[in-house]
Amino acid sequence: MPLIRNGAFVEDRFFFVPDGKAFPDEKGVIVTLARFLGEKESLFAHRALVGVRLASNENPAALKADLARLSVVALEFPKFRDGRPFSWARMLRTRFGYAGEVRATGDFLYDQLAFMARVGFDAWEVRQDFALEDFRRAMGEITLAYQPAADGRRTVRELRSFPLSP
Amino acid sequence: MYRYDEFDARFVKERIEQFRGQVARRLSGELAEDQFKPLRLMNGLYLQLHAYMLRVAIPYGTLRAEQLRMLAHIARQYDKGYGHFTTRQNIQFNWPRLVDAPDILCELATVEMHAIQTSGNCIRNVTADHFAGAAADEIEDPRPIAEIIRQWSSLHPEFSFLPRKFKIAVSGSPNDRAALKFHDLAVEIVNNDAGDIGYRVYVGGGMGRTPYIGFVVGDFVAKKDILSFLEAVMRVYNEEGRRDNLFKARIKILAHALGPEEMRRRVGIEFDEIRNSGTLALPAEELARIEAYFAPPAFERLSDEMPEGDEDFTNWLSTNVAAHRAPGYAIATISLKPIGGVPGDATAEQMEAVADLMDRFDLSEIRVSHEQNLVLPHVRKRDLPSIHARLKELGLATPNAGLVTDIISCPGLDYCDLANARSIPIAQKISERFADLSRQHDIGELKIKISGCINACGHHHAGHIGILGVDKKGVEHYQLQLGGSGAEDAAIGEILGPAFGKDEIVDAVERVVGAYLNLRAPGERFLDAYRRLGVTPFRNVAYGEDLHAAY
Repeated sequence: MPLIRNGAFVEDRFFFVPDGKAFPDEKGVIVTLARFLGEKESLFAHRALVGVRLASNENPAALKADLARLSVVALEFPKFRDGRPFSWARMLRTRFGYAGEVRATGDFLYDQLAFMARVGFDAWEVRQDFALEDFRRAMGEITLAYQPAADGRRTVRELRSFPLSP
Repeated sequence: MYRYDEFDARFVKERIEQFRGQVARRLSGELAEDQFKPLRLMNGLYLQLHAYMLRVAIPYGTLRAEQLRMLAHIARQYDKGYGHFTTRQNIQFNWPRLVDAPDILCELATVEMHAIQTSGNCIRNVTADHFAGAAADEIEDPRPIAEIIRQWSSLHPEFSFLPRKFKIAVSGSPNDRAALKFHDLAVEIVNNDAGDIGYRVYVGGGMGRTPYIGFVVGDFVAKKDILSFLEAVMRVYNEEGRRDNLFKARIKILAHALGPEEMRRRVGIEFDEIRNSGTLALPAEELARIEAYFAPPAFERLSDEMPEGDEDFTNWLSTNVAAHRAPGYAIATISLKPIGGVPGDATAEQMEAVADLMDRFDLSEIRVSHEQNLVLPHVRKRDLPSIHARLKELGLATPNAGLVTDIISCPGLDYCDLANARSIPIAQKISERFADLSRQHDIGELKIKISGCINACGHHHAGHIGILGVDKKGVEHYQLQLGGSGAEDAAIGEILGPAFGKDEIVDAVERVVGAYLNLRAPGERFLDAYRRLGVTPFRNVAYGEDLHAAY
């Protein structure tokens, strides 16, 4: 799937390996939480690029001790209405200080992209026909934020105190 | 009251343009209805039985005259000439066209109004005591913190796809006029033993299929910490609220499954982390800045004497006028419950006439109550006779606030896609049956609340007498519940027994009221008599001989 990262299509250096399937020779791998917890030492020993995919009911606190070594945490949206990954991303960034890639995978909508960016997602697996122009538009529709999140954006309250020059 | 600054105005404008794009994508077919639904809902647009319905927020129930005029304009221009005030301090327009929705929102934005988060699985429009800033019994005006919560919750990126909707109410008075304990979350302004003012936070109240009374999750949250505390509750809910079953997805199910102790523990862990991060601390200056918007009008030094008038006026005074904190002032309720009328409906002409009345008597704001009435919060007592006279001309002086004909009703099967039975005609029939004013006054305080389905938008669980419309093999029936209360003595009504047919329910209500009149102690309200006597004497008479249970 095409991957958007930092506002551009980029080559996906990671390959999701379902449980029970063999690892590819090259590329980084993303595995499920269960597989990661079972095989993490051998994974880290043999690969530079390791990622974990969390189902929407899996709390990233389970990865807390390993986050510094993880290149990607992929958060899965089983359906777009399932809003748990918004909290998981936020916690990864603001609570655990995770600085690696937080990737969205699964069923999410154009109209959720801006919310996702605010809580700390920085990569999106999108459909083949998805246009970058739409991504940029989604990011620019609402330019103000009333509440702090994980994107470091100045909130409306901060702007009120220190207005931007016109 | 609150005024938008450049940021609020820009935010609402951007939100409308975003929605305009979404509507265009829906109309072009790019968005399927399934994908469009959560987007339109978060902008207040429902698809009902016959048409779209637009629900416009009236944050904490406060309106200026120009805003009321705009609602009248929208009713006339885009609807059939009327609007419906709901139990959550919103107004609903029942007949807008999808293509017009963005334009309606644009017009609303010109008077600093919107429909953001009046629906959808997000934090909904924040409601407050409709006597806020005026009530004699108030510790502090709850609207500043309601406005702060409104801003914090607006397009909250983490909490816009919750398991289910989330309703917050705020009150600053020990007498609960905001049904706090029936909300997902409620904030009550309280004094602690040290004499400081802070917030008691309730969680897990709700009506619907599984009614619960909320419990205290935060005994005394400091003012600066309130947003951190709310964010903690929201995160626990977003992470752990049930998503496998729509009917078990509200926070009440999670909160009561965990129990107060465990819920407090989990919220406490999140709260400590969020508070310590400091990002959501509410500075005293910011609270003061918002509070300044809600400063009461400069009250004149007036005689506190209540003017006299004719019998109509005296009747109206006794039910529709409440004590104000400033001498010489009063709070006046404009009943939207004329005998035989549709509870909560107001025509464009009535809204405009009330706006004119506000101008004429120098009334800067009006409130919408969750009981579906309007409230003039700061009326000079000496103006009451003239105001009453004008309201009478407008058909808005029904002296029934809090009485048996001041009925709360949802729109029911006449409009609503979810309803099982009609609510409005039952409300109208009960109202007509009890039309006689001296009888109403004799009965005294009696809150009848009617819902057309289990979702309980008409708050039937909290009615002294609650009526629930049910569908029995395609025929409308009505269950009777007694003893509920949405006030500080919150209680869930008890179901009397088998449902009544639509031609039986009004008689059954009348018999229950008759039993109360026979059995009450001097000065005892219906609710208190019920609590003393229990359900049995009422059940016995409700199913009288000439009535038969429906099945």
